[in-house]
Amino acid sequence: MSNWEVVIGLEIHAQLATKSKIFSGSPTAYGAPPNTQANLVDLAYPGVLPVLNARAVQMAVKFGLAVDATVARRSVFARKNYFYPDLPKGYQISQYELPVVARGSLKVMLDDGSVKTIGITRAHLEEDAGKSLHEGLPHATGIDLNRAGTPLLEIVSEPDMRSAREAVAYMKKIHTLVRYLEICDGNMQEGSFRCDANVSVRPRGQEKLGTRAEIKNLNSFRFVEKAIQYEVARQVELIESGGKVVQETRLYDSDKDETRSMRSKEEANDYRYFPDPDLLPVLIDEMFIEAVRATLPELPDQKAARFAKDFALSAYDAGVLSASRELGAYFEAVIAGVGASHAKLAANWIMGELSSALNRDNLDIENSKVNPRQLTGLLNRIVDATISGKIAKEVFEAMWSEGKAADAIIEAKGLRQITDSSAIDGVIDAVIAANPKQLADYRSGKDKLFGFFVGQVMKATGGKANPAQLNDLLKTKLGGGGNA
Amino acid sequence: MHNYFIGELAERLAKRQISSVELTRHFLTRIERLNPALNAFITLTPQRALLDAAAADARLAAGEKAPLLGIPLIHKDIFCTEGVKTSCGSRMLDNFVAPYDATVVARLKAAGTVMLGKSNMDEFAMGSSNETSYYGPVKNPWDISKVPGGSSGGSAAATAARLAPVATGTDTGGSIRQPAALTGVTGLKPTYGRVSRYGMIAFASSLDQAGVFARSAGDAAAVLQVMAGFDPRDSTSVDVPVPDYSKALGAPLKGLKIGLLREFFDGLEPRNAALIEEALNIYTGLGAETREVSLPHLPLSVPTYYVVAPAECSSNLSRFDGVRFGYRCEDPKDLLDLYKRSRGEGFGAEVKRRIMTGTYVLSAGYFDAYYLKAQKARRMITDDFRTAFEKVDLVIGPTTPTPAFDIGAKMNDPVLMYLNDIYTIGANLAGLPGVSVPCGFVDGLPMGLQLIGPHFAEAKLLNAAHQYQQATDWHQHAPRGYE
Repeated sequence: MSNWEVVIGLEIHAQLATKSKIFSGSPTAYGAPPNTQANLVDLAYPGVLPVLNARAVQMAVKFGLAVDATVARRSVFARKNYFYPDLPKGYQISQYELPVVARGSLKVMLDDGSVKTIGITRAHLEEDAGKSLHEGLPHATGIDLNRAGTPLLEIVSEPDMRSAREAVAYMKKIHTLVRYLEICDGNMQEGSFRCDANVSVRPRGQEKLGTRAEIKNLNSFRFVEKAIQYEVARQVELIESGGKVVQETRLYDSDKDETRSMRSKEEANDYRYFPDPDLLPVLIDEMFIEAVRATLPELPDQKAARFAKDFALSAYDAGVLSASRELGAYFEAVIAGVGASHAKLAANWIMGELSSALNRDNLDIENSKVNPRQLTGLLNRIVDATISGKIAKEVFEAMWSEGKAADAIIEAKGLRQITDSSAIDGVIDAVIAANPKQLADYRSGKDKLFGFFVGQVMKATGGKANPAQLNDLLKTKLGGGGNA
Repeated sequence: MHNYFIGELAERLAKRQISSVELTRHFLTRIERLNPALNAFITLTPQRALLDAAAADARLAAGEKAPLLGIPLIHKDIFCTEGVKTSCGSRMLDNFVAPYDATVVARLKAAGTVMLGKSNMDEFAMGSSNETSYYGPVKNPWDISKVPGGSSGGSAAATAARLAPVATGTDTGGSIRQPAALTGVTGLKPTYGRVSRYGMIAFASSLDQAGVFARSAGDAAAVLQVMAGFDPRDSTSVDVPVPDYSKALGAPLKGLKIGLLREFFDGLEPRNAALIEEALNIYTGLGAETREVSLPHLPLSVPTYYVVAPAECSSNLSRFDGVRFGYRCEDPKDLLDLYKRSRGEGFGAEVKRRIMTGTYVLSAGYFDAYYLKAQKARRMITDDFRTAFEKVDLVIGPTTPTPAFDIGAKMNDPVLMYLNDIYTIGANLAGLPGVSVPCGFVDGLPMGLQLIGPHFAEAKLLNAAHQYQQATDWHQHAPRGYE
């Protein structure tokens, strides 16, 4: 495969988090009984007309500013004409030649830690279609138009990605961004965030792009990765066995983990785009743009840079902790409690114990069973040497399951670290007395036995001896030989 | 009673000399007696009309004063009317009862008008003779072997036959002005955006505009007053203040500069030209100045229109797919069959012709050559008008090349039919207001004089028409048998 270069571009559909639809007053909430959120405009009754929801435009502009794109002073809605039962008007209102956002870019961190800039060709506003329902309807097709008219921002990338992993990294970054901007809830199960992937391969070194296939409607990061990997392998195999890739639309079947042809270019619709005469061009002035700019939050890259600088974190750590607004806020709340000098400790705990507990219980950071104040309480006991890091993990598990404060658990379980030198001295003496052979071996040069003595003392103290203190005292007592 | 103008009726209603119920009964009786020969209606709503009239009488009795309170009218069947069949002249919507009122209907209802029924029209407003209606052609009351014009043929014929004092209509390429001319009534097409299109079943969205048929410019002004104004539900309606149109009717015409459209007079039939000349003399007599102006790109208006309008209609009519409302074929085999037969059986020949033409001009490979070129021509025509209105206040010319023609005469020649609209289409392409007023007779059939003004110049336009009607009595002629 190394002879082939993979070229990927993504079209991401982000459902905008407006309360009402893009061209009608119907609510956009998910999960209502079929057709209870479809009014006469959504049903395309004779005589009705669309009226643009200004909030959708604000959100699109917000995105444009966040990816450093050009916000079009004049953009135009067009009609994309085709017949389908879930498309009530027989056309979708979209933007075609003049989108609201053009020429932006986004920095994405790759697996090897390097940063790549992905071009964003355009982002345009359009309305979603309804849904056809087949389940429980043996001889009929049901139509649910609740989703018809929900605003979408279609974000089209340049063909800048060179692997499935890069595509996923880019998609995740867009996902992070739209949630930061609060323009999309990012819920992929509900279809609020999904993408089409354009995939092609070409011999390494060749400038001309290969023929691409478009994989439709991928609604999880894992599917994006697997579908692209499958598609790349399929195309390479096809070409290497003398075949030719045809331009077509393909569907990813996650059960079989394969892509299948939906329709070829020849079968593709002629959408007969033309400007929608029911809607005026969208005119956006400097004042509007500045008003939107004033609502921009700190963006993920800005937050990561600040974390790295202010808290001396690695680029990787800063990137992880700024991956969502909520995680960043959690981290900052903990820092406020433990102090910036212990940022690395806080980062390790959030990215380590806390993250795995969240993953294990399938919880978001907002629903963490240990809140920032509680975690701060635990970390402060590590900082003041009341407990060791190892004991802290035990305390954390108890906090997670019992919901109590760290101090309460430390007291109840008697986990307080022994920092009294004389107490540790006593234990060391007893251990040495009980293990004369090991002492002799150690003194004759078996350095590795130092660990044996540490373990014995820890065992005798129930793990509560302060490790650094123990190390120092033990070294003195054992004398000679060891240089551990 | 049916020869009174709105102002006269309103005065009698206010003085309780007649009631709205009596007035409504009078027109319902006339409709019952005279309409069978004309076929001007698709739906009559007598019970509802009498209830509305009684409600208007109650408001009148309470001392309420409003210019249209208790006045009967007819709505073109293109306007959605809540709880009343709204067919748009098509088999496709023969079973369609609108669940809401169009803005025009709602405004006129709130003003206290009484709807007598819904008027016949060309199917989806596509036609110039009212012969494409699923409900059969409307007859011209001046001669029932002739067409009344179209597409608002039912509203025009009913107004001319005094079956109602006024009627609403829509004008996409002349569909108010042309039938007004052919039936000898006053027809006003306002500026695009002056009247809301919400609830008006779309034919060509960038050209469609609601307007009014009346027997005088004064009556048209009173109805426009209620219809006009910004509607937040129509993004293309324009938020500019609505002047007092009736108040504007008194202004003298001294110094008014009227432009004669050279292109309108080239090759005009001499008897028609003579009527226009005569009208110009009246205007000069009223103190207006006339001068020739040219719209060099106007000859492009028919081909331009027949690209733009079908393109938009091909898309606008996609919603009629047999899925949610309207006609659905029997026992569809599958989805494609459902679409094909529902549309194939639900639409008539002219509508299909325009959908196909529109689909063609928007297709990949033809879009630039047709649609984009037509848009360019449209801009040039608009610019021509703008230039003309730098020199003159209004332009004037005939509304149609000929008087009403025989039913069936042009049905087999669409291009000949389309040329009927040669003088009216320009105003639609440029979005300008236009009015047609009766200006005489050729072979016993009425002819129309057309006035076109700059955007939002309805007040000036109506006043010019009104002044003309003060000096002439063409608008007072009634067809024989309908006096």
